[in-house]
Amino acid sequence: MSDLTSSAAPPYPATAEKFKFYGLWVAAAIALLVLPKLFSSGGSLTTFSLIGISIIFSLSYNILLGQTGLLSFGHAVYYGLGGFLVIHAINIIGMNKLPIPLPVVPLIGGLTGLLFAVLLGWVSTQRSGTAFAMISLGVAELVASSALILRTFFGGEAGISANRTKLFRVFDWSFGPQIQIYYLVAAWTLLAVIAMYALTRTPLGRMCNAVRDNPERVQFVGYDPHVVRYLAFCFSGFFAGIAGALAAINFEIANSAYLGAVQSGTVLFATYIGGVGFFIGPIIGAIFVTLLSLGLSDLTPVWQLYFGLIFIAVVMFAPGGITGLLMMHRPLLKAGRLSKVLPSYLIAFVPTLAMIVGLILAIETTVHFTVNPGEDSHIKAFGVRFDAANPYIWAMAAILLIGGFLVARKTWTWVGHAWDDATSVAREKGVAS
Amino acid sequence: MLELIVISTLNGVLFGMLLFLMASGLTVIFSMLGVLNFAHASFYMLGAFFGFQISRWFGFWPALLIAPLLAGAIGAGVERYGLRRVHKNGHVAELLFTFGLAFAIEEIVQIIWGKSPVDFRVPPLLDFPAFTIFSTNYPAYKIFMLLVSVAIFAALLITLKKTRIGLIVQAALTHPHMVGHLGHNVGRIFMLVFGVGTALAAVAGVIAGPALVTQSNMAGLLGPILFVVVVVGGLGSLPGAFVASLLIGLVQTFAVSINGSLSEAFGPLSPAYATTWLADIWNVTVAQIAPIMPYVLLVLILIFRPMGLLGTRDT
Repeated sequence: MSDLTSSAAPPYPATAEKFKFYGLWVAAAIALLVLPKLFSSGGSLTTFSLIGISIIFSLSYNILLGQTGLLSFGHAVYYGLGGFLVIHAINIIGMNKLPIPLPVVPLIGGLTGLLFAVLLGWVSTQRSGTAFAMISLGVAELVASSALILRTFFGGEAGISANRTKLFRVFDWSFGPQIQIYYLVAAWTLLAVIAMYALTRTPLGRMCNAVRDNPERVQFVGYDPHVVRYLAFCFSGFFAGIAGALAAINFEIANSAYLGAVQSGTVLFATYIGGVGFFIGPIIGAIFVTLLSLGLSDLTPVWQLYFGLIFIAVVMFAPGGITGLLMMHRPLLKAGRLSKVLPSYLIAFVPTLAMIVGLILAIETTVHFTVNPGEDSHIKAFGVRFDAANPYIWAMAAILLIGGFLVARKTWTWVGHAWDDATSVAREKGVAS
Repeated sequence: MLELIVISTLNGVLFGMLLFLMASGLTVIFSMLGVLNFAHASFYMLGAFFGFQISRWFGFWPALLIAPLLAGAIGAGVERYGLRRVHKNGHVAELLFTFGLAFAIEEIVQIIWGKSPVDFRVPPLLDFPAFTIFSTNYPAYKIFMLLVSVAIFAALLITLKKTRIGLIVQAALTHPHMVGHLGHNVGRIFMLVFGVGTALAAVAGVIAGPALVTQSNMAGLLGPILFVVVVVGGLGSLPGAFVASLLIGLVQTFAVSINGSLSEAFGPLSPAYATTWLADIWNVTVAQIAPIMPYVLLVLILIFRPMGLLGTRDT
């Protein structure tokens, strides 16, 4: 028996690999420290803080979706409740002058998330799959609607606010300026990311993967899938609570939107677009989606539609998300066959881009005529000015859209062939895909 | 009191039948395709808005026919060119696809018809009180809604029980794989079922549009309740969906019409609560918590009967 376990255990990592592994984390820490020196404007600091919060939230969501296979439509419940409790905690601490500094306050949010996950999780995780998704949606609606009824605690529509600078101070940090909030968020992000990465390496993390892949077999091995799902749910709630707490500290307000369906949807979008198959996926997704939502809203009034279309496109064509797409190329890179695929990408890129431009033109002209029909028809979308009433623009949109689609479909078949050739060569060379 | 009970029962059954128009399509789609169509309520909304637009151009009666056909065609297209492609990526991807679709449809409806409610009126032919009961005028349009829902319910029942297509659908409810093995064109049946299911939701939208508010958030408001119905009834169980639809329709209608609260019932016993933050719970009326009743019911069902009322499948 002891032979079996020792032979099944992975080999002890070599010094070089260990160095590489720890080096990565140290590099991340240094990058977080240096970032505000490079981009020191107030706007970019706020953006970084939002990204950090979003990273924690998305990673906590991926404990459910990616690692345990639980699709939740109500993850914002734990995020929002963490945020509300933290605002109340800050008010209470400030009023009673308790010796609790702000940097440990997010822990209160985390514990709140944990508490509610413990309470609601047992019922929710009784079933997996579609039933779990619907239950999470129902519980989320229940909590979000209750928040509007319990006005004294949740502050109704307006929400409740707090002053983060009135707390007990260490090292004379008031946490008034955004730079200090940035460092607070960055430190908690790093801590939470490390903790969540460590969680995936524990036996529990491995059992979560097993429950995702084959719950029946997990039962045969002697585990209860329900308990494993429940534990994953609790951890996920804890980290979501931390994210909510940081968001509440950042904005100094918590309102019912924190708990709502939009928040739950956003984290689902971020996680899935980033890719649920790899640990780094949600991080990339959080960065991408936060930047996209901040950037697109300046460029076009109907940015949410583009957001939804991007999500649908990812679900349809790249179920692995951004990281999944990138990681697909690793075996090719190792076999040195990447150069065989890239030219076909370039060929496919042109008509696809044409199709997208046509779609955007069509959407923007339609928006002009339906949303604000009385206004000047010279509109500006994505920084480009054009006349929405001009029939040439319409013709161009139609040609780009339809022509682009027809050509793109053809070229993507070529990409498929090139891809098949390259992967089969890579496989012959003995690189596992 | 009797007046309240009679009127609320009528309204509750009406709302329940509307819910069942949608839940039936959702259930059959779920049973056959294995995917819970998150965008189902969006097709209800599309039905209402198409109905509004067509009734403006051609009148209400053509709209009642054309709008569901249009929405059903879109639904069939979604199945053929969207879901079928996503299918190979698993159920989570399918559910997410419909989730993204619901999001996109809401945005598109907002772009075309705006965020504020549109003026979708009851057709003049039906704009009169049908009967007066306890000094309350009951509108004829509501009776019409009830009749349409019951007629479609009957038609659905006959189709399911008496026709060949119905036989296949019924078989697919319990043994979806076996139907495929028997050599039916499963792809076409799926597309048809998806189209008919979404068309039924659109019918509900057209007839509910004038009575309720036709607005771009109507899918978001109704969607979660619809999913509560199918989970409470038992995923994949058509009779369960029927029972749950009526149950939730009645529960919500009755809750709205009851104005009592804890403080009214037990007020004299302990007025001390009224000063703490518990005052919210103490003073809230039953009518105010009506929107959360379906979700409370959902949690209770999950605790005591996780399969749902009449559910058998554990998927």
